[in-house]
Amino acid sequence: MDDSSDNLIEIHDLKFSRGHRPIFDGLNLTIKKGEITALMGPSGTGKTTLLRLITRQLIPEHGDIYVDGTDISTLTLTELYELRQRFGMLFQNGALLTDLTVFENVAFPLREHTKLSNRLIRHIVLTKLHAVGLRGAADLLPAELSGGMARRVALARAMVMDPDILIYDEPFVGLDPISMGVIVRLVRRMNDALGITSIIVSHDVEEVATVADRSFLISEGKVAASGSPDELRTTNSELVRQFMHGMADGPVAFHYDAPDYAEQLLGRDTE
Amino acid sequence: MRAVVNDLRNNTVEFLRTFGAFQLFFLRLLRYSPAVLFGRFDLVVKQVYNTGALSLVIIMICGLFVGAVLALQAYANMSKFNAEDWTGVAAAFALVKELGPVMTALLFAGRAGTALTSEIGLMKATDQLSAMEMMAVNPVRRVLVPRFLGGVIAMPFLAAIFSAIGLFGAHLVGVELFQVDVGSFWQQIQITVEMSDVNEGILKSVVFGVAASLIAVWEGYNTVPTAEGVGRATTRTVVITAIAILVFDFMITAALI
Repeated sequence: MDDSSDNLIEIHDLKFSRGHRPIFDGLNLTIKKGEITALMGPSGTGKTTLLRLITRQLIPEHGDIYVDGTDISTLTLTELYELRQRFGMLFQNGALLTDLTVFENVAFPLREHTKLSNRLIRHIVLTKLHAVGLRGAADLLPAELSGGMARRVALARAMVMDPDILIYDEPFVGLDPISMGVIVRLVRRMNDALGITSIIVSHDVEEVATVADRSFLISEGKVAASGSPDELRTTNSELVRQFMHGMADGPVAFHYDAPDYAEQLLGRDTE
Repeated sequence: MRAVVNDLRNNTVEFLRTFGAFQLFFLRLLRYSPAVLFGRFDLVVKQVYNTGALSLVIIMICGLFVGAVLALQAYANMSKFNAEDWTGVAAAFALVKELGPVMTALLFAGRAGTALTSEIGLMKATDQLSAMEMMAVNPVRRVLVPRFLGGVIAMPFLAAIFSAIGLFGAHLVGVELFQVDVGSFWQQIQITVEMSDVNEGILKSVVFGVAASLIAVWEGYNTVPTAEGVGRATTRTVVITAIAILVFDFMITAALI
């Protein structure tokens, strides 16, 4: 470890499994303050699970996770909720509360955690909605939004408490190129202007390359490679090359474990 | 044989584990209840509206017909002994002590319980509960407790309304249809039905309210977060609530006799 005061999140020797399938087996990674960090990897490598472990929605079987120097497994529920107020998280499908309007969804954290006046809340919410281009949609219900719009509302909601750490779970999936460009710039700008630390889970190699300061490629329960997007692209690891260039052949099997193809098609029915 | 014993043991252990978790869940709801009741009463009111007010139509229609059919049966039998004046009493006893609370609870399970389960189950399936966790809002406190309290508060009122409309139905059949003297119809009820009978009905409806709301919220919170899972959880809410209510009804009645 170099200067450890720069490390916002440290994960040491993390082990976690679902049923009998190990997801993480001795994963180590460090996320630096004020940077945009990307967690990449083939689907099914547990990227979303890792986010849930970092925020203690799941509890690891082994290993320690430090957020800002605190071992999160030692926190009481109250302390955990205090810590979570410093996080903003964008879920894959938005996860907007379906019985509230767009405006109330964005206002939700403010109403739950602060005693701000309605006037001020209105101000803050409209500002955040404007940033994602949906000020005009304030009175709509989540059911009336398209998938991309819902995600942008969710982003406004994630920003509304001015968090120190913003977590994006697959933020670029299903966005049209225009929204994508705006969102990418927004992520970058929040990072530069407000010093927010961002964690992006994605397998969108191109988009990640334009925003991330540092990427971790996760495979088979470990960090397979890390570095800036350029470093990853020029590395000579087979696995990284396969992933960065989207090739079917390589160390990561495209096919789920199965018996021999020819044998299964031509052989006798064994059932 | 060995396999059967093993199966039985595993199932018993599994049942006890679930039952224990269920009790802990109940205690958790109770622990947060005062804070929600006094701190966020607006949320509770909204749920009383959702579970209570929106169930009124079905409760009132069913109450009217149950009261009417009770009076039909009572009149048919009482008139054999020239005891037509007692038509109202028979209907009143049946409504206040048994059918009011029981029928209301069963209708509640079908109308409001299923709505609670599927709503909470879908919130879970679409990550809304996780999103609340991440916004440092406790979903048990913000989502489950208001819904639980809403059901508990609504049930006794619904049962009272059911019984009242039922009596009106009995009046329609007894007095308007069969020409029982209106004075003796109501006087017999006043003389015979005691406050303790009414209290028994109230006690039952409170217990049923707790049971029905608790089961609905529990099933929603423990839904397997898929379309199939939500469907199954909703069905289980109705089945388990119906069984629980009839068993509790028997136990309370037996204890009070």
